[in-house]
Parts: sequence; structure tokens; C-alpha cells
Amino acid sequence: MEKRVLVIEDEPNISEALRFILTRDGWRVDVSADGLTAMGAMQSDPPDLLILDLMLPGVSGFDILKTLRGQAMTRDLPVLMLTAKGQSADRDEAERLGVTRFMTKPFANADVIATVRELAGP
Amino acid sequence: MSFNMLVLTCLAYVILLFVVASLAERSADEGRADWLRSPAVYTLSLSVYCTAWTFYGAVGYATRSGLEFMTIYLGPTLVFVGWWVLLRKLVRIGRENRVTSIADMISARYGKSNLLGVIVTLLCIAAGTPYIALQLQSISQSFTVFVTDPVGASLAGDRTLIAFWVAVGLAFFTIAFGTRNLDANEQHHGVVTAIAVEAVVKLVALLAVGIFVVWFVASGPADILARIDAQALPEWEIQPGRWSGLILLSAIAIVCLPRMFQVLVVENTNDQHLATASWAFPLYLFLISLFVLPIAVVGMELMPEGSNPDMFVLTVPLALGQDGLALLSFLGGFSAATSMVIVASLALATMVSNHIVVPLWLKLRAARSLDQGDMRLLVLSVRRLSITLVLALGYLYYVVTGGSEALAAIGLIAFVGVAQVLPALLGALFWRGASRTGAALGLIVGMALWFYTLFLPSFGPDILMSAQLMQEGLFGLSWLRPYSLFGISTLDPLLHALFWSLMLNALVFCLGSLLSFPSPIERVQGALFVDVFDRSGPARSWTRPVAEAEDLLPMAQRILGPIEGQAFFRAQAEAQGKQGFLPDITPEFLEALELKFSGSVGAATAHAMLAQSVGTAVVSVEDLMAVASETAQIMEYSAQLEAKSEELSRTARKLRDANEMLQKLSVQKDAFLSQISHELRTPMTSIRAFSEIMMDSDAMSPEERAHFAQIIHDESIRLTRLLDDLLDLSVLEHGQVQLNIAPVQLRDLIDKAIRSSESVQADRKFRILRNRDPEGLEIITDAGRLTQVFINILSNARKYCISDDPQMQIKVRSRKDKVEVDFIDNGAGIPRDKQALIFEKFSRLTDSMQAGGAGLGLAICREIMHNLGGDITYVPGQGGAAFRVSFPMVLQPRDADARAAQSQASVAE
Amino acid sequence: MKPPRSPQFLARETYRMRRLMDAARFLPVLGVVLVLLPLMRHSPQTEAPPTASEGVYLFLVWFGLIAGSFLLSRGLRRTLDIPKRQPRPSAPSKD
Repeated sequence: MEKRVLVIEDEPNISEALRFILTRDGWRVDVSADGLTAMGAMQSDPPDLLILDLMLPGVSGFDILKTLRGQAMTRDLPVLMLTAKGQSADRDEAERLGVTRFMTKPFANADVIATVRELAGP
Repeated sequence: MSFNMLVLTCLAYVILLFVVASLAERSADEGRADWLRSPAVYTLSLSVYCTAWTFYGAVGYATRSGLEFMTIYLGPTLVFVGWWVLLRKLVRIGRENRVTSIADMISARYGKSNLLGVIVTLLCIAAGTPYIALQLQSISQSFTVFVTDPVGASLAGDRTLIAFWVAVGLAFFTIAFGTRNLDANEQHHGVVTAIAVEAVVKLVALLAVGIFVVWFVASGPADILARIDAQALPEWEIQPGRWSGLILLSAIAIVCLPRMFQVLVVENTNDQHLATASWAFPLYLFLISLFVLPIAVVGMELMPEGSNPDMFVLTVPLALGQDGLALLSFLGGFSAATSMVIVASLALATMVSNHIVVPLWLKLRAARSLDQGDMRLLVLSVRRLSITLVLALGYLYYVVTGGSEALAAIGLIAFVGVAQVLPALLGALFWRGASRTGAALGLIVGMALWFYTLFLPSFGPDILMSAQLMQEGLFGLSWLRPYSLFGISTLDPLLHALFWSLMLNALVFCLGSLLSFPSPIERVQGALFVDVFDRSGPARSWTRPVAEAEDLLPMAQRILGPIEGQAFFRAQAEAQGKQGFLPDITPEFLEALELKFSGSVGAATAHAMLAQSVGTAVVSVEDLMAVASETAQIMEYSAQLEAKSEELSRTARKLRDANEMLQKLSVQKDAFLSQISHELRTPMTSIRAFSEIMMDSDAMSPEERAHFAQIIHDESIRLTRLLDDLLDLSVLEHGQVQLNIAPVQLRDLIDKAIRSSESVQADRKFRILRNRDPEGLEIITDAGRLTQVFINILSNARKYCISDDPQMQIKVRSRKDKVEVDFIDNGAGIPRDKQALIFEKFSRLTDSMQAGGAGLGLAICREIMHNLGGDITYVPGQGGAAFRVSFPMVLQPRDADARAAQSQASVAE
Repeated sequence: MKPPRSPQFLARETYRMRRLMDAARFLPVLGVVLVLLPLMRHSPQTEAPPTASEGVYLFLVWFGLIAGSFLLSRGLRRTLDIPKRQPRPSAPSKD
């Protein structure tokens, strides 16, 4: 069964790009622009990898990460965090909250694929 | 003279008054009201004291009782000559407290009690109605006397018909000029000016008849004096009781009559006017009285036995064939009657609306619904209705009684009625211990006695009071006979009523005050009134800030109207050294607000409304202490300490505000770079990702390829737009912008902005409410830039207004050379803590990306408006987000340069 | 700071002004006495009342009071010129 990647990202163009390159690489990709709904879904059916944007409407990426790490189902879920802000303070905060990997936008498609393979690979 | 001719004369005269009144109103609106507020106009307006009762009745009175008629004018003379003692204080207190009527004055002094307001109002209506009826009667009587042709005589003979039309006409005039606006101070320039003109007419008319009688009928003063002695009747003997009693009564009436209070206190603008009136008004009365006796004597010689002496002023010139003089005299009488009715109905209507209808209305609705419905409209309509009601009552009274009484009797009965206010009024001015309980009891006792001993019996036996009761007293107890209470039978009915009612009224008032314990607010008001000349600053009755300025603003707008309400709040905020519409809730602010409200709805109501909003803590411990401390020294000292510490805390508050602002700004500065980075990186991410996709995959359908190229294209445009915005802002901030100033229709700009903004969230139905008439303004400005601002506001509303039925109201107002455009939506508005920040760069309220902008829109708008010599502000408390764009109607290139330089300077700071 | 109590000895100018205020308080009292005088002049039992002469007397008194009040108000006007209080910030500018 193919592995599933969940993308939480509110910029439609960026999530479309991610969906395209990951699907082409053989992943099943779900996209959500709304962190709250996605978090609820993850409690019953966690993906194999979560790609999380930092700046989201309503709840921020940090809030989502913190919540996920507090839940049994998602405590060990690999999380790749993407941010356009690129300040070191954000990276520190993300690591404190237990992010698996942290990347700044814009990214090289090849790096994303490599990271996804590394984190969620067989 | 024919009936038609007379009616035409009256109409022409009334039209003249209309013109005078509207001219006065117009020049007051244009701020050229200086001449309207001269001491001469003030003095002349006081002459409403001289009604038809003076004009016609004084001669009749003199015919019946000789010199006694003079008492009615000597009393007021003594009061005015002694202005330093009583009137100065009365007028000062009235002005400082924005008193709207005598009922308001009493109610304000005794703890802003509405009960007292109601009692005084009822008393004034009871006393005022017959008096108004008397004026209607005198006008219709003069018609009957004047019209001699047989056709007209039948018409003129129908007195109720004439009275009816006179009442209708006067109601119309009073409503037109007395309720035009609901402004602070209840001052009515048009009415006062018309009254002043009428004052001149009646004086000239009476003097003309007098001069004619003395120098043309008789052969000079000496001859007249001889004739007076020849005609003197035994009844002309001066009666000590009546002489002194009537002087006292008329002295009381000049301050207590509602219409006199209106012109004397409410319409007063400064002490200087009173200083002039102190001699000029007695002079007016002197001139009015000078020829009364000569006219009476000549009338007695000339006119046949049994003719009505009340009409001598008319009939003597007529009998001597002086039709022109008679017409002038007719107009004088007409003036006297109309001016009284206008002012009296205005004063009574103010009382009825402020003390009876509005409080009732407030009581019926919960405190919360205060800001629903337009208070101003309510108050104005109530006032119009009350005027109509008061005149209708006067007319009914006239029809029911048939108007047979001699004119003088009715006037004196009314005097005794209003005199009941005197103890409470004097107590209000001079006795700090006077209390609400005492005043209410005194008023009720005085009023009851006046009814029983004078008002009811005055209709004659068996009309309102049975003859048996009058003969044998209430319950058959002889000591309760209306005309000889407690066995006092030597006084005539008028003096008897005056004596008992005032005596017991004052007694009960004093006892009630001595035995009751006044509430704190009464004591505060008492100190405020009695020591009006000793205070160095306004006393405080509001000390604890409880309400938010934002809650009070909507209420102020309902009462004062949106423009004035906002202007008031803004001025207050400015006086505190703050920007925007929301001043700190200091005691001074609350006091000023209450004062402002009192001008519109009366002290008691204003206080009740504010108390409702601010909470029940009306008076604080500090106030109680201030009241309790007997020495003025301590009061003064503590007031100064308070003022000082308050100033300190004010300064501290300002510093704190500034510091907070700086901190917020510095956080924003940090956020600025991070924001720019984010805003630039986001589109770049898409561009890079899709270009890489296109580079490294050959197997791609043409559709896919086109789609990806489209995304890359869109995102690069977004990037460009962001850079443009940043550049735009920087150019605007540094004042290097080139403006294309040209004349343009504001309406076209708004049309264009609405069209352009429709593309934002085009699927949402957005209702635009606008009034196209005021938008039809030609302005000279940079149309493109201004439209940019409008589009930005409209697009924001389309994006952020969360209502199910979103709508946008656009209001345009022009004042002098300024134009204001308000954009008000029905969404949630902007939270208060964010209002100060929305015009800063990147201050997007939500993090929502799909909103599309980078949070620069309002910052750019503000810079544009500064460059256009105007401003954009957020107006809180409008029920949704509300932006006000203001700019000069004509933008001078010079101004623009100056603005730009200033803007640059502020950036350099 | 305002002195807590008015000083007892005043400059000549202020002293005159105080007495002018006193005069303004006395004038109506004088007026009352003068207009009540006719009551004491003759008994009601005598022949026809002297209406003409009393009338002339009363009008003369009246005019005297007006003249007195005129002079006093001119003198006192100066004390009114100085506003006792600062205008309130709330007062609308059109006042």
C-alpha cells in the first residue's frame, strides 16, 4: 500500500506544487488548508508524514505541532515544517516543540522529495 | 374698517415676523449672530411680560382701580433694580447648568429629581392655560370692536372662530421657529428676534395712542392731570393690602412665570445683558405705563356709559376718527398677545417633553434599548406635539369659559399659581439645607391651596365648585370656606389665596427641609447652586470611571446628532491630549457630557441616562466628603490636591500610552522585515517549484504546461504588485508624489470605486446604501488617488465584513470647505485594541492569506489622504467598521506641498 | 492659589467696588420704601383720592430708580467683564 503524506498549507499554489511533485514520486497526497479540521482527522487516521506550513489562518503551525505532540496517535508522526519567514527564532521554536525537519521556502523540489523519502520511507 | 382688511393686515404683519425670524435664524446659522445677542434684543425680549393683559387690560384696570395697575409693573421694576441680589445669581446658575425651563431648574437643584419637574410642569400648565386663553380672547375681542361693516361684523362676531385660527397660526409659528433644532441651551434666535420686534411695535403703539390723547385730545400734561383728578372715583383710593400684596405678587411673577424664565434665564447669553436690562427693562415698563391713566381718563370722558374699558386703547382712537392710529394700536395688541402665546407655549412644551414624556419613554424602555431609535427625533416630535397640545388647551379653555371674565382677573390668578414655585426657587438659590422632600411637599400644598381658594372658585359658583361649598366650606366646615380659610375674612379673595398658599407652602417647605435628610446628590447640587459665585472650578459629581467611552458615543450620537456627538467627543479627546474619538472617562468629561445632554433633554433626564450607562455609582466617597466638610477652605484645598493628583495620573497615563505605542511599533518594526520576507518568499516558492517541475519533466500534457505557466505568471504579478505597493508607500511617505489636481464630481469617483471593487469576492452580494444628492459635489483634488482610497476601503469591506446580509453605507457631508465621506459596513467592526494599529504597515488583522493584500492598503490610504490635505480615521461605535475620509473641497497645490513637507518631517522624526 | 479668606483691607479701587455692590443691594430696599410711602400719606376716609399727584410722585420715584440702576450697572459692569471661571472645554465654539 502506498504511503500517505498530508499537506497543511493555505497557499493553494504551493500545495498544488507539493501535491504534483510528491504524487509523481509515488506518494498518496492529501491537502488541507484548514489546520483544525486536519488535526481532527489525524486523530483517527494519521498519515505517514505531515508537511506543515508555519503561517496559517487561525491556528498557527506551532499550535498544530504542539497539539500533535501531546496526542498518543501522533506523538511520533514525522513532521516536515515549511516556512517563508526564515528566522532562526522560528527554527529554534519548532525544534523545541519537536519538529522532525525544518525547511525554508522557497525550496528545491528535489530536497523536498529527498526529505520525504528519508522521513517516511520504508 | 372691513373684516377682510383687518385679516389682511394681520397676515401681512405675521409674514413680516416670519421673515424677521428666518433672517435671524439664518444669520445665526452663519455665525453672524452678534447683533442678535445684543443687550437691546435681550431687554426687548423680556417685554413678553407685557401681554395683551397689559396692552388692553391695564387701561381697563386703571379705569376700575386708579393707580393700582402700576403695582403690576412696580414689582418687576424692584426685582430688576435689585438684579445684583437675585437675578444675577439666577441667570448665572441657569446658564452654567444649561437649564432649559423653570421646572428643569427646580428639578436640577433638588437632586435632579424628576418628581419635582413633573409637579412644576403641571403647575405651570394649570396656570398657563387660562393665560393663553386670555390672549386668544383679547385678539378676538379686538376684532369684534374693530370691524364695523355689517358683513364682516357677523364673521368677526364669531369669536371662537377667530380664536381658533389665531391658535392654529401661532402653533405653526412656534413649531417652525421653536423646534427647528434641538440644540444645547434651548436658545431660539428666530423667536427671540421676532419677540423683540413685537416689543417695539407694542411700545410704539401704546406711546402713539398716549401722545395723541395727552397732546391732541387734552391740551398737555397739566390738563391731563386736572382731568385725572376730576374723574377720580372713591374706588381709586390706594388700598394698602392690595397695593403691597400686588407689588409682591408681580415681583414674584417676573421670575416664576415660565415664559419670563425662558427669556430671562434660558435665552440669556451673558451677565452684561442682564446689567443693561436692569435699567432698560424698568424703563420699558415705565414707558408702557406712562400713558395708561391718561388713556383711561379720556376714555371715561368720551365713551358712553357701560362701554368696555378694556378696549379703550382701541375704541378711543376709533371714536375720534383716527383709523390709522387705531390700526396701529390693534397691531400693538396683536403683538402683545402673540408674543406671549409663542414664548409661553414654547416654554411649556419644553417642560412637558423634558419632564413628562421623555422620562416616561425612558422608563418604558429598558436601559439597553437606549441607543435604538433616534432620541432627537423623538424629543423634537414630542415638543411639536406639546406645543399643539398647550395651544389646544388654551383654546378649549377659552371656548368652555366663554371668555367673559374681566381680563385682569385671569392674569392675577395665574400669577398666584406660578408664585407657588417661589419658596422652592429661593431655597434653591440661597439655602443649602433646602431639600427635595421639602420642595415637593411645599409645592403640592401651595398648589392645592391655590386650586381650592382661587382657581376653582374663579370660574364662578356652580361651575367647577358648588355655590353651597363656597358658602359653607368643605364638608360644611365654615373654617374651610374657599374665600375665608381659617376665618380670615377681611382680605379680598386674591390676597387671601396669595397669603395662605404662599404662607403654608413656605412653612411646609421649611419644615420638610429641616426634617428630611437630603440625598448626597442633592447636597452636591445644593452646594453647586448656592455657592455659584465662590467656586473656582466646576464641582465634581462624577468621580469613578465605569463606562467605556465607546459605549457613551452611540448614546451621545442619538441625543446630539451624529455630527455634533462625534465633534464633541473628538474635542474632548483633544482637550485631554489624545487622538481620535475616544477620550478618557474622567469626571470632567462625564460632567461636560451631562451638561451637554442637559441642554437637549433637561438635567434630570440627562443625569438618569448617564447614570444608567455609567452604572449606579453616581456619587463617590470623595463627593460625600466634599459635601460634608463645612469649611470652604478644606473643600478648596482638597479640590486642588485632587486636581493635582489627577493631572499627575493623567500625565502618567499619557506616558504609558506613548510607551505602549512605541513598544508596539518596535515589535512591528521587527515584524516588518520578517513580513517582507514572508510576503516575498511565498510567491517565489510557487514560482520556483513550478519552474523546476517544468524543467525536469518532459512528459507533460500541453494543458498542464499552460496551467503551470499561468501560475508562475500570476505569482510574478503578485510579486510585482507587492513591490509596487512598497514603493508607492515609500514615495508617499517621503512626499515625492506628483498629484494631478483637477475638478471632478465626487459622485463619479464613488461610482467608479464601487464598480472597481466589485471584482473582489464577486460572488458576494453586497448592498450599497447611498444618498446620491449630497454626493453631487464638485471637488478639486487628485481623482485617481482619492478613488484608490475609496476602492481600498470598499474592497476591505467586501473581504472582511462578516454579515450574512452585508451592506455598506456611504454618507457624504460637506461643511464649509471640508468634505467628509463615511463608509460604514454592518460587520463586526474592528476591536478596540486594534483600532490604533490598523493604519500601520502590515497590520493585517487576520493572518488570512486569501485576503490577498499584504496589509499595506490602509497605510497607503493614510499617506494618500495626508498628501491630499485630508485624513482617514476609524470612527468607533457605528455598528460596524466605519471609516471617515475627510479632505478639502479644493486642494491648493501649495497646501499639498506643505502637507508633503510635513509628512516628510514626521517621517524624519 | 486663591487665598482661603478675603483679606480685610483692600486697595482703594477694590474698596469702591465693594461699596458699589452694597449700593446695588440697597437700591431695591430703598425702592420698596419709596413705593410704599403713598400708603401712609392720607387716610382713606377723606375726599376723593389725590390720584394725579400720587401718580406724578410714583412716576418720579420710578424714574429715579431707573437712573440709579443705570449708574450702578455701569459701575458694576467691570466686575462682570472678568469671567469668574475658565470657559469649559465642553462649551461649543459657537457660544
